[in-house]
Formats: sequence, structure tokens, C-alpha cells
Amino acid sequence: MVKLTVNGTTHEVEADPDMPLLWVLRDRLDKTGTKYGCGIAQCGACTVHLDGQPARACQTRIGDVGDAQITTIEGVSGRVAEAVQGAWRKLDVVQCGYCQSGQIMSAIGLLAGNPKPTDADIDGAMDGNICRCGTYQRIRAAIHEAARSLA
Amino acid sequence: MLKIRQPTTQSSPRASRRGFLTGAAAAAGAIVIGFRLDLGKARAAGADLAAVKAQPNAFVRIGADDTVTVIVKHLDMGQGNTTGLATILADELDADWATVRTEFAPADAALYNNLLMGPIQGTGGSTAVANSWMQLRKAGAAAREMLVAAAAFAWKVPVAEITVENGTVRHAGSNREARFGELAASAASLPVPQEPRLKDPGQWRLIGQRVPRLDSKMKTDGSAVYALDTRRPGQVTAVVAHPPRFGATVTGFDDAAARKVAGVIDVVAVPSGVAVIARDTWAAMKGREALKVTWDESAAETRSSDAILAAYRETAKRPGIVASERGDPAAGIKGAAQVLEAEFSFPYLAHAAMEPLNATIERAPDGTYDIYAGLQFQTIEQATAAAILGVTPDKVRLHTQWAGGSFGRRATPSADYIAEAAHILKAWDAKAPVHLVWTREDDMTGGYYRPTVYHKIRAGLDAKGAVTGWQHVMVGKSIMIGSPFEAMLVKNGVDGTTVEGASDTPYALPAYRFEVHNAREGVPVLWWRSVGHTHTAHAMEVMIDELAHAAKVDPVAYRLSLLANAPRLAGVLKLAAEKAGWGATQESEKGRALGVAVHESFGSYVAMVADVTAGAGSIKVNRIVAAVDVGIAVNPDIVRAQVEGAVGFALSSVLRNRVTLKDGVVQERNFDAYEPTRMSEMPEVAVHIVPSQAAPTGIGEPGVPVLAPAISNAVFAATGQRLRALPLDLAGLKGV
Repeated sequence: MVKLTVNGTTHEVEADPDMPLLWVLRDRLDKTGTKYGCGIAQCGACTVHLDGQPARACQTRIGDVGDAQITTIEGVSGRVAEAVQGAWRKLDVVQCGYCQSGQIMSAIGLLAGNPKPTDADIDGAMDGNICRCGTYQRIRAAIHEAARSLA
Repeated sequence: MLKIRQPTTQSSPRASRRGFLTGAAAAAGAIVIGFRLDLGKARAAGADLAAVKAQPNAFVRIGADDTVTVIVKHLDMGQGNTTGLATILADELDADWATVRTEFAPADAALYNNLLMGPIQGTGGSTAVANSWMQLRKAGAAAREMLVAAAAFAWKVPVAEITVENGTVRHAGSNREARFGELAASAASLPVPQEPRLKDPGQWRLIGQRVPRLDSKMKTDGSAVYALDTRRPGQVTAVVAHPPRFGATVTGFDDAAARKVAGVIDVVAVPSGVAVIARDTWAAMKGREALKVTWDESAAETRSSDAILAAYRETAKRPGIVASERGDPAAGIKGAAQVLEAEFSFPYLAHAAMEPLNATIERAPDGTYDIYAGLQFQTIEQATAAAILGVTPDKVRLHTQWAGGSFGRRATPSADYIAEAAHILKAWDAKAPVHLVWTREDDMTGGYYRPTVYHKIRAGLDAKGAVTGWQHVMVGKSIMIGSPFEAMLVKNGVDGTTVEGASDTPYALPAYRFEVHNAREGVPVLWWRSVGHTHTAHAMEVMIDELAHAAKVDPVAYRLSLLANAPRLAGVLKLAAEKAGWGATQESEKGRALGVAVHESFGSYVAMVADVTAGAGSIKVNRIVAAVDVGIAVNPDIVRAQVEGAVGFALSSVLRNRVTLKDGVVQERNFDAYEPTRMSEMPEVAVHIVPSQAAPTGIGEPGVPVLAPAISNAVFAATGQRLRALPLDLAGLKGV
């Protein structure tokens, strides 16, 4: 049994401690907003927050999560999250949308620690999140837009 | 909820009326399907598209709560067609946009066929808006007239005195009004007007405006359900061990260790490999790692991609099948003042959509079946699954889900992964719903690539720089030969999806000959966002640029001199050049220059000017200025988004992506070796739309073809070095 706190709710999961958090979220806890893209931490589609910090769920063993609070796209909330999601909607960033949960979780992580990121800061924080539809121009604009709305 | 009429929505109870799948063919698994692709010029005529019947019952449902549900017959893999298609119908209906929803149509080739593909329900060739335009306008207009008639009857007032605005029907004279929801039930009982009056363009309120996407919220809060998110009661997950080389088959397997993995339920052989069935994806993946399979590789492709391309080079020296010809290019070249010769090579490319291929299939208690997937070729997928399962197609219900990208990969003539899912369910006797999941590695190594292609061009110029002759030879594997569509779509050995964009070049080249060789290697190939144009546009647009420089004429002016009979191409070229500041005095910055390309694909016209900085071993794309002519831009913001996205999508294929085979084994297995474009590489993209009243065409694909040649031409302008092969040879770039 592994104890996990996801979006404020504690779950006891009967699973190997080596099982990646990604598959526990998706296949055991039905939190399918967190996506599988590559399984090797190259694409960022599985980005969640562990105690508020962006982490790749595909490379996170559930045995290593401990007491950390896990937040997924379904549970993310607060001023920064609302600003980011609002900016994404205002600028119609999404295309297929599959990567956007991870993009948004990374962007919230960026803005939480850096309320006024430069383009270089955005490159640094977001380069690990692949968008195959190529929505990067709007992701960048939406992060700046969210920063403005938070200022 | 009241309805205009209960439509066939999530399940189609009707039997197939098409009869395209005969019993005998089904038994043999050989599916022969009538299919056409009215792409490009044929579609522009559009006569039969305008003759389509008004079918409001098939395309819209109005609830008592005022919701307007537009039934979308196409897959939305990111193009935004759900929003675009709903916009068309909602405008003619005068619906309140805030009440508009969409729902994916069930499989029904009679109601929901792609009007540009004949009797096929499917999405591709940038046709969603183009083929639906009149169909959805008429459906919306007919539904509007039915609501008006219902109000006129109830209020006992003349139809002509009633107005409709924003989801409300109003009679000013008697000061009465009703929301759509109040009228829906009575409207449903009225006859469907066959020729409803359509709006004049000046009356459109949504078409041509920036209407917000209907899928933005659900795709930013985790609630959008993609195929991979399908969760059916009791479902299991299957992961398949595929052969290491294309064409190999299973001879035996040892599953003892796999069965010991916690969570593994069963192991079954299927024609495409060995499936491990488990309670979740992780267990299935671990089970597959423990599986030992032996393969018969006697019929497998064992060559390396380098060897395949080298063979193409040799093949190109021999005469091919003539796809188009006019004048006498050999004589023209013989008498030329200058002769230029160039070769262009292209690698296999994987689509690498973010959502790996997957499908869920289950058997209902009555022996019918349900499939949940990002279904892109519904008629073929339904027929293929039905043939495997031994039922008629009407016994297989399809549930199209949001797709995490596709770029062509989800529409295979063989319905490959849907067939695999059906085989697993059958082999396992349908004990529970089965979710077939391809890992990223399966998706990357699974074939169906953009073909590797080789072009060789010889062209002559006279003393004034005019083209005296153009000889063009292309070698590549046809997408259609060997598919169910071969009989319909391959004419005299020429597959239009392979040669499009070159054999039909719009440039005024009076002496022109295009020959094609159909290669036959064992690597499965497929359309990849913009299909043949992915390579033909590059070969044509780089070669034209070379001729312009040889003729010492500005590349934009040179192209315009050859496009006198292609005004829409000339139009986007001029617009892009103007917006990019082409020809204006540039701040001279070492290694930085502009390059241009223009191309028509799928009836849409796109020009791009690339602003590039090139140095030793490096290329940085600073800015792309694009101009597009798509006829009426139903949603200009989505048109812009598709062009921005085309740049982001295609850039990595210009700079580095290639699928290589070593002794038949695919080497690139994940995003570390096949790396898509990343944020820090994304150039600024400005998109300018030519105002037009022409019928709308598509924009899902046409932004792709011009990117590579525009960048390559800019690199030449910056460095004097011609990089013709894709991906561009960065290692060979010396810089300034």
C-alpha cells in the first residue's frame, strides 16, 4: 500500500513503489488530465506539481512521493492558476490540446516563482514541454498575458 | 431535452446502405472501396458541394434548454474544425454562440461522408470546412426556417414578419419572442425545407469573425476526453510486442515470465505481434518486457534507409512513368545558355502526434461492438473491424474522441491499429473491453511514415534567364499503391498524392517533363501533414530560387514572372513580400537574410518569407511572415493558429528530424532521438489573410510545404550555400 495525496484527497494505492506516478494517476485514480507522451521525461505532457513544484509524473516513482502534495490539472487552483488558464482561453492557445495540461502546469510553476518572466525565462521554464501542434507563440503570449493580469 | 428530431448520434442503428463491403471481400479481409480525393482545383469548382441537400436533422439538435448541438462528422485533431464547422451552421441558424456545443458524429457513410471523398466518412486533405461549407449552411438555414415556421404557426403571424437573432425568435408587431428551446419540439414536426434561403455574406455575424474556440476550456482544465482517456467498465489494457523489422511475423513466444508480472492477465498472439493484456498500462508494459518472441524475418525489409535512398539515386537515372509533359524540355535544355542540375532527398518522417495511437474496443451483450478512438477514417475503420470480427459494419459502432494530434497518422487505408485492437479482442474472446495502447516507442517505430523521396531536376535558362526546359525525375514509394484505394486513385501508375505540387506545377514552364518511379520497399508509408507537397514544394521552390539567382533576377520578381496565370498564388506572394519588407534596404547583419517560397496545396495558397540567421553549423529562424488565401476565412484566428502551428510542427523536420533504419530496424524510438521543435526555437510568426469571397478551402496542412524552402532559400541568401536535402545539413554549413 502506498499513500498518495492527490488534489487534497488521500488515496491508498496497492501498487509497486516503482510504479510511475503517471500510471497511478491515470489508470488507478482516473485522473486522466495528466497525459502520457513519451515516458522518458522528454515531453512534459505528464507534468504535475509536487508541493507546488513542477515534476514529471512519468519519472516519479510513487514510492518516492512520500508526504508531498500532488496536484494535477484537475485540482490546480489559486490566483496564478486562474490567470494562466484564463490567458490560455483568452488567446485560444490550444490546438489538439493534449500537451496543454503539462504546459499549463509548467507555466503555473514558472509564474509562481517569477511573476514577470522574460522571454529567456520562458524558454528556460518551458523548453521541456513539447507541443507538436506548435502552439509555442501563443503559449509565450499567454504567459506574458497571465503575468500582466497578476501584476 | 426536446429535439428537432432524434438524430443518430453516438450509435448508428441503421444498416449500411452502401454495400461496398461484400461478404466475400470481408472474408478475405480485402476491402475495396470507392474513393476519390477532389483536392485542389477540382474542389474549387465545387458544383456538387452546392447541390448538397439540406439535412438539419443530421447536423443539429436543439435542446429545451436552448443548447444548440452541432454534429461534427470530422475528427478534430487540433485543427479547430469543431469550432469552424459549428460556426458555419450557427451563423445560418442565428444561434446564440454561448449555447453552441459540438458532438462527434457516429459512423454513417450515407449521412456523414466527406463530400470530397465520395462515399467515405473521413478527415484529411484539409477538407473539413471545404466540403462541409454548403452542407452546414443549408442545415443551419433549414433549421432556422423550421423554428420560424413553428413560431409563425403558434403566434398566427406571417413568417415574413418574424426575425431571428442570437437564439431568439421574435415578432415585433405583436411583441412576442421565444428562445430556440421553446420552439424546438414543435419545429421538429415540420417538414424540412429543401432549399432554405442562405444569408448574404453581409449578414454573417460569426463567419469571418474571431469566434472563441469551443474546446479551449475543456483542454485547459483536464476535462477533455481523448481516446487514451477512455475508461470503460472493467476494461483492460493491451500492449503489443511488434516485430523489430517491417514484414516480419511471429513464429513463437514464451510468455512464462510475462505472466508472472503482477497485473498481467493474459498473452495472446495476433497477426501484428503478441499482445500482453493487463489491468493497467504499466503492468502491460512490464509484461511485454518479460515476453520472449521469435520472429520469421524471411519476408522482412532488412535494408538501411541509406541503402534505400542510394537505390533511389540509381533508379532516377532510368526513365520513369511520365506523370506530366509539355513541350520539348530536352531540346530546350540542349540549346540553353545555362543548365542547372540539382538533387533533393527527403527522409522518412514520423507523425509523432503527442497522443500515441490507441483504441478501446468492446463487445456488447447482443454481439455488436463499440470502438472508442481518435477515428479519422470512420468508414474504413468500421469496415475493417467488422471484417475481422465477422459481423456487418452496422454492428460496429464508432465513438470518435478528441485526438491528441494526428498529422495524417490516424487515417490509414489499412486501419492498422484499429485492426490490431479488433484482433486482440477477438483472440481474447472479448472477455472485457480492451484498450490497446501504443507506447511512444511503438508509435515511433510503427511505420506509416512520410515516404523517403528523391528528386532530380535539370533545367535550362536562356541568355535572358527564361526557363527553356525542365526535366524532373522523382523516386518514392506510393502511398496508394497496395491500398484499398489503388484502383480509384492511381492512374497509369501515377499516384497523385505522391506527385502533387510538382507534376501540376502552376509555374509557366512551357517545356516540362515530370517522371516518377514507384519504389517498392517494405517500409509502410502514409500521408504526413500536406502529403506529397511536403517534398514537391521544397524541390520546386528551391529550384526556382536557384534559377532566379542564376538569371540574376530578384526571387520574388522571378516567381511573379512565371505566375501570370496563377493570380491567387501571385497575390499571396506579393502580400508576404510586402509585409516582410522584401527588397527594402536591410540592416546588414552578418549571416542574416530573407528567403521566400510560395505554393498551392489543397486549394489554398500560402507564401512565406523566412528571416534566418545562419552560421557555421547553425540556423536560427528569427521570423516567418506568411500570407494565405483560403477563400472565406471562416475563423481568421484559427486560420492564423494553423499557420503558426504549421511552422512549429514542420520546423524540426527542416532542422533535424528523420527516421532512419539500420538493417531494417528503426533507430529513432522516442523524442530524445526524434526531437520536435521546442519553445526556444520557435520563431515569431505573422500571418496575413487575403480578403476573399471565394468558397472556403482548408488550412490544416497548407502552411507546412513552404516552410522548408523559405528557410533553405534564406540560408542561401545569407551564406551562398545551397542546402537542398532535408533535414538541412547543419553540419555541412560553413557559415559566412
